[in-house]
Amino acid sequence: MQTVVLVKQVVDTEAEKRLLPGEWRLDRASVENILNPYDEYAVEAAVQLKEELGGEVTVLSMGPQEAEEAIRKALAMGADRGVLVSDPVLQGSDALATARVLAQVLRGLGFDLVLCGSMSTDAQTGLVPAALGELLDLPVLGAVNRLEVHGGSLKAARQTDEGAIVYECPLPAVVAVAKGINEPRYPSLRGIMGAKKKPLDTKTAADLALELGAVGLGGARTRVHAATSVPPRAAGKTVTEYESPQEGARLLADFLHENKLV
Amino acid sequence: MSATSGIMVIGEVRESALTGVTLESLSEARRLAQAVGGEVCVALIGEGVASLAATAGRYGAVKAYVVDGAELGVYRSGPFTDAAMACIGAAGPRAVLVPNSGNGREIASRCAVRLSGGVVNDVTALKAGAVGLLAAHPCFGGLVIAEKESLSDPQIYTVRPNSFARTETGGEAVVVPLAADFTPSGLLARVVEVINERAGAVNLEEAAVVVSGGRGMGGPEQFAILEKLAGVLGGAVGASRAAVDAGWRAQIAQVGQTGKTVSPKLYIACGISGSIQHKAGMQTSDLIVAVNKDPEAPIFGFANFGIVGDLHEIIPALTEELRKRQA
Repeated sequence: MQTVVLVKQVVDTEAEKRLLPGEWRLDRASVENILNPYDEYAVEAAVQLKEELGGEVTVLSMGPQEAEEAIRKALAMGADRGVLVSDPVLQGSDALATARVLAQVLRGLGFDLVLCGSMSTDAQTGLVPAALGELLDLPVLGAVNRLEVHGGSLKAARQTDEGAIVYECPLPAVVAVAKGINEPRYPSLRGIMGAKKKPLDTKTAADLALELGAVGLGGARTRVHAATSVPPRAAGKTVTEYESPQEGARLLADFLHENKLV
Repeated sequence: MSATSGIMVIGEVRESALTGVTLESLSEARRLAQAVGGEVCVALIGEGVASLAATAGRYGAVKAYVVDGAELGVYRSGPFTDAAMACIGAAGPRAVLVPNSGNGREIASRCAVRLSGGVVNDVTALKAGAVGLLAAHPCFGGLVIAEKESLSDPQIYTVRPNSFARTETGGEAVVVPLAADFTPSGLLARVVEVINERAGAVNLEEAAVVVSGGRGMGGPEQFAILEKLAGVLGGAVGASRAAVDAGWRAQIAQVGQTGKTVSPKLYIACGISGSIQHKAGMQTSDLIVAVNKDPEAPIFGFANFGIVGDLHEIIPALTEELRKRQA
């Protein structure tokens, strides 16, 4: 079983985010970077499949050199090797340009299964997994919260508002997992030490023979024209003193009435 | 070939009806159509969906392109993309609006690959641009609103539920039946089971009122009081990450940066401290109400109305009070 897990390094979801003064780019120096929380579930799913069926797990990421840390975390969780695509010409890639880069790497890797998180917590587009299925002409299943692999096929449950849709499909395939599919393990000290010795290849756009017009800022088919900071929400009225829960409830109901919500 | 014009809305069907975001997108498309020229049309994809053309017509669609078939009985991203592409090919729209839902994002993404296009996702406002449409897209958890343009022809935008007013204008849509050419790889995913354990529940992202519970709920049984309040308000019940991670509520109910982003008219946060990751998923709500026993909870720093107190007493009392006023 050859699995490739796609990961992304993102800013900490718990961090207070700030913009660079005079710009509308995030001040990345002011916050911690972490492995995208959704991707932890994908890494865990891949490692569990390896433990059950054997094989190898490759972690693939695109990003600046620091994204190596996200790959190392996945290696510490039990993945076997990493590939980082890092090249200044790829900066400014939108979701679909990113998918084109990742698809090109995947074509060269060979795999039975591609696993990804449902979305990154920074850009939150959720567009990459489906684009990969399209680019690689493979079946793609998203929002998967139950996954089994038997022989050459997989069974996956997609979580829906009503419950789930259960699919079966032959491998190879692309699967985006939902939060909650498993309980991602904490890397052990041995895992962390071992991860430092695992192979990690860095590739440039030239290594991948990418068509430069299709990637980076020039390959992005979306454009930002302007951006404005949103003023923070101001605190409204907070009631601390009232005679009884019923009195508190009445004050709340009055507020809803004043705002025509009931 | 004629120049592209008009706006196509990719319709989304849930429990045999068009979703709220579909009706909102049609209403907004009708308001924008004059600016970009051409007409508003809808793509109806599924099994037995042609009758929904009447609803789409009332909300502004002049034409309904219908791809109806057994292959489309249950959602699969491949065949649904094939069907959407058939509709786009037939209509030649300048812009395509797709619901920003799990299904919608997949269809938008796959269509964009086929059209060598670009998707601007999670759009909360649209206006006429120099060519086509320009969109507002909240990013970094709502810290910044970016004005973004899809550079492709057609442009592709995914629309956040509750962003546009639903306006019934009473028109009629002409039905145009189409056949899709199904891509073999998309048909490889076979549906073996459909589980409908939460049928009839109000969709969290589309709800006008969301009542959410957090760590302060104390346990899964306590959510019953939120269900009752949501019932009176016609809303949906959400949960914070803490409540979901504790196993009290299903993942599908999580609001926040690793869950859903909601923009209801009213968000009632019960026993939720208001961490940054939670705020990112609900701060575009019109009004935020908080009930929390900790006066120092960050949620009071951005709620429009807060009550410091025991939610286990206040929420049932509020439900009772609202019932009384409704009677």
